[in-house]
Amino acid sequence: MRQGLARVIGGASILGLLATGAAACNSSNNNNNNNAGANCGYEIAFFGALTGSAANLGINIEQGAELAVDQYNDANGANCITIKKFDSQGDPAVAPGVANQLVQDPKILAIIGPAFSGESEAADPIFNEAKIPTISPSATRPSLSTHGWSVFHRAVANDDFQGPAAANYIKTVLNATKVYVADDQSAYGAGLADIVKQKLGSLVVGSDKTEADGKQPNNDFSGLVNKIVASNADAFFYGGYYKNAGLIRGQLTAAGWKGVQVGGDGVNDPGFAQAAGNAAAAGSIVTCPCSSPTAAGGTFNADYQAKWSTAAGVYSDVAFDAANIILNGIKAGNTTIDKMQTYINGVNYTGVANTYKFTATGELDPSLVKVWSFKVQPDGSVAADQNIPLS
Amino acid sequence: MNFTAFWHTLGPNTISGLVVGSIIALFALGYTLVYGVLRLINFAHSEVFMVGTFAAAAAWSAVGVTTNSVLPGFWGLAALIVLGLVAAVIASGGTALVVELVAYRPLRRRNAPPLAFLITAIGASLVISETFGVFTHHNQRGTARLVPVHDLLVFGDTHITVLDVLVVGLALVMMFALDRFVGRTKMGRGIRAVAQSPDNAALMGVNKDRIISLVFLLGGLMAGVAAVMYLLRVANAQYDAGFTLGIQAFTAAVLGGIGNLRGALVGGLVLGLCELYGGALFGTAWQNVVAFVVLVAVLMFRPTGILGEALGRARA
Amino acid sequence: MTTMEQLPTEEPRTSRRWSPRAQVSALYTRTGLRGWYSRLPRWGRLVANLVFFGLAALLPYVGSVPLIGPQIITNGISWGNTLFDMTYYVLLALGLNVVVGYAGMLDLGYVGFFAVGAYTVALMTSGDSVLHLRWGWLAALPFAVAITLISGVVLGWPTLRLRGDYLAIVTLGFAEIIRVTANSASFLRGDRGFGGLPHPPGSWPDGTKIFGLRDLRPYYWLGLVAIVLVIFAVHNLDRSRVGRSWLAIREDEEVAEIMGVRTVKYKLWAFAIGAFIGGLGGVLFAGYNAFMNSSTFVLQFSILVLAGVVMGGSGNIPGAILGGALISYIPDRLRGIEDPLTHTDLFQWRFVLFGAVIILIMLFRPQGLAPNRRRAMELKDRAREVAP
Repeated sequence: MRQGLARVIGGASILGLLATGAAACNSSNNNNNNNAGANCGYEIAFFGALTGSAANLGINIEQGAELAVDQYNDANGANCITIKKFDSQGDPAVAPGVANQLVQDPKILAIIGPAFSGESEAADPIFNEAKIPTISPSATRPSLSTHGWSVFHRAVANDDFQGPAAANYIKTVLNATKVYVADDQSAYGAGLADIVKQKLGSLVVGSDKTEADGKQPNNDFSGLVNKIVASNADAFFYGGYYKNAGLIRGQLTAAGWKGVQVGGDGVNDPGFAQAAGNAAAAGSIVTCPCSSPTAAGGTFNADYQAKWSTAAGVYSDVAFDAANIILNGIKAGNTTIDKMQTYINGVNYTGVANTYKFTATGELDPSLVKVWSFKVQPDGSVAADQNIPLS
Repeated sequence: MNFTAFWHTLGPNTISGLVVGSIIALFALGYTLVYGVLRLINFAHSEVFMVGTFAAAAAWSAVGVTTNSVLPGFWGLAALIVLGLVAAVIASGGTALVVELVAYRPLRRRNAPPLAFLITAIGASLVISETFGVFTHHNQRGTARLVPVHDLLVFGDTHITVLDVLVVGLALVMMFALDRFVGRTKMGRGIRAVAQSPDNAALMGVNKDRIISLVFLLGGLMAGVAAVMYLLRVANAQYDAGFTLGIQAFTAAVLGGIGNLRGALVGGLVLGLCELYGGALFGTAWQNVVAFVVLVAVLMFRPTGILGEALGRARA
Repeated sequence: MTTMEQLPTEEPRTSRRWSPRAQVSALYTRTGLRGWYSRLPRWGRLVANLVFFGLAALLPYVGSVPLIGPQIITNGISWGNTLFDMTYYVLLALGLNVVVGYAGMLDLGYVGFFAVGAYTVALMTSGDSVLHLRWGWLAALPFAVAITLISGVVLGWPTLRLRGDYLAIVTLGFAEIIRVTANSASFLRGDRGFGGLPHPPGSWPDGTKIFGLRDLRPYYWLGLVAIVLVIFAVHNLDRSRVGRSWLAIREDEEVAEIMGVRTVKYKLWAFAIGAFIGGLGGVLFAGYNAFMNSSTFVLQFSILVLAGVVMGGSGNIPGAILGGALISYIPDRLRGIEDPLTHTDLFQWRFVLFGAVIILIMLFRPQGLAPNRRRAMELKDRAREVAP
């Protein structure tokens, strides 16, 4: 009887696999209807986290890119260009396997991603060997451009720009005399916080490290909050992402702290005010190496809201621009990975978030880097504050 | 080691530690009750708590109170808190019962080895938390901060707010009630009987299955209350909040003496204080390490926890 | 007894007291695959093993088998990578099987040893390391496994007094301590991680590297070789004095001690050997991944491996292999399949489905898919003794 049961389970699981396999075949068949128009039938890949604890950041980026592809297809025929999603979970241990799957697809002309710095380190060598050009909208670790990967481009300034700007803002605009600095120990957050600490020098009255998003026991930051309150700091810089930043902001207000919280572009997301509560979040400052989307964005924010029923998040606009750079390249007839690589190397494109031009190492041209500060408004929205001088 | 930060934050950290500790302690009761009766780690208990947070958040948003709502006056707030408690307690208690029915009872019927229970509980935990994760897109869900910031007592730098008193008070009341229930009522006697010897209890006419369901339900109720207290403090529900807090609660239960109701309280408070103090000394990120080092140190000298293991003095 | 399946009554009731004769007769009355295998002569078993591992070595080509092949290979992640991941999961399962299955110690923090192995390699080989050694992968291997072995003894020692669930929580604590240290200690670089890790050495006759970036088959075969060596060692240990001592400790520690088994020594042995195998898995992992950081070594990983061992059949080598392979394979197989409900990748439901599979397997086969023979018989005994 027990053996019979085992056979039943085994049989059922094989049937299940067959069924799912069949579903997979179906899903891969329906994007083959090549349009008659030229330059259709190609693919752009998205590479980043779509599931896992960092998924919300990856989804922001993917949705921004998919919006651009959809708009292109509206103009050039349905299913002209396909965006293929490769979910790395933001995990450097998973990234190589997914990257190896990606490079087996000959129709992919360029990659938007990898979204994070860690997975870039793991996956970019594989893309470099396969010679598929990448544009990362969000990997900001400075060292990424020093490995000699010819396919590497990033559509965003690295942390070496943003950190000094944030420090400048705290010093000259907020006129803070006591600053507390903390980070979430992520490569991004700790890197940013270290630069801010170094630039602020003696203004820093204390520093701390928390765990990453969702890892802090209890989601309770009262240890950090008590330290900030006891230090009498009038400004607090948090290097990290919006989830933790919002929770800390809310708990700081609940503890009666009256200073200003400053964060990097990882905090530039509606999720910050949602986690903190609008009343607590109001007045917080976010720096971002991008121009104000409300100023230059055209209909991007409205389009995004219409398509995804949610507001655009961190880097959604940059991903939208990166996708448009690639789509322009396809339109101009760059339908091999080599031509696409040359096209991206020489591009000069003004999108919703910035103007893009790449240096020989794939960095955004330093003359185009602007760092803006944004202020959280009492209704939870984010409004452009000022263009921060970089030095 | 940062002693200046430690001394400067000693007062506020003591208060925060007691508040966090009482939430952990209430949560830990679920582990301790199930362990006391079944000698099993109920790994799915963390999800029982998580479901409670989402239930309370949903109940509040159903009556129109979300992150940025204008809050009503005193009685309105009291009604909201009670509403949240009811919703969370029902959801958590229900989840605990379902977990028992689906993941434990069939195994108990065939007297499976303890490891099998642990694995089904892990499976149940994965299913519940990831289902919530997929539906919330792995994002957190904000709720209103219902209790306004208001100091009741101030000693120098140390502020004791209404919320602090509310959380600690509620936790103590719940624990006292549970202790009474297990120690003084007929059903409590049933629980102690099954804890002492399941087979003998069954021979004496105790309905074992019903008692075990009751134990899971009680654990669920406590987790539901803990869930609301957690929301009042953190104001965010998250699909994996149960996991990190669950590890802490389980640690607290072992620290105090697993299977021992009063041990859960002691363990929770000690753990809360150690974490806050340790965080001040070594950095907030090291809180968990401090907690576990304390646990290992205690177990080296008292292998069954601070108060020893016993459910209502029922263990031989 | 109402819902329980009826057991055949003519089977001789095996008592809890262990008798060799009952074991031997049980061995020969065994039907099915295992019975066939156990009745083979010595050379026959060797041939069967060789055939089995030969087939396993051909798995990278399974995609070209008509009809069945495309159902087996993964869609969203490269098949070579899936196979390689399975090898180190199997190694971890084999190592944890020594601790949990043989010696009966519930270890919830096993992945800590995997981390120690991987980090030792990273510290010795990466240019980002504070040691600036920049050794090759092969040179770092013996040091890495030696250090994990030592770490197994160091972490095992304070836990020897603890039993059962107390051991579980303390090992869980060690895993958390290792995770936070990896995250927060500056010399381990936390999330910034170690880049430029070297791959294993060697090149094909035409000058291309054997262990490159695109062709992942060599990594899989390397993992397979490691598995074979580990199986050989573990199998022999299990049949030696050490294995019999583990059995005694698992069944009843007090009695074992009274009967003269040096429990402390053999429990430490189990911890150290388990750590060694886990460290070997970490070394392989570091040899494949050019970059690693602290995000891999989460607690869920340990729990997953434990689930694999118990699911496969605790205390049995084929069971551990099966369980370890399944916990790695099932989630990867779910990648790249469209979810019919929400039209997103089915992969995001992987843990939900996976959790459900775990529950089902445990409910229907609490002894595991390929259980240890003695365990399975004990279980039948337990099921008979169940109180109404």
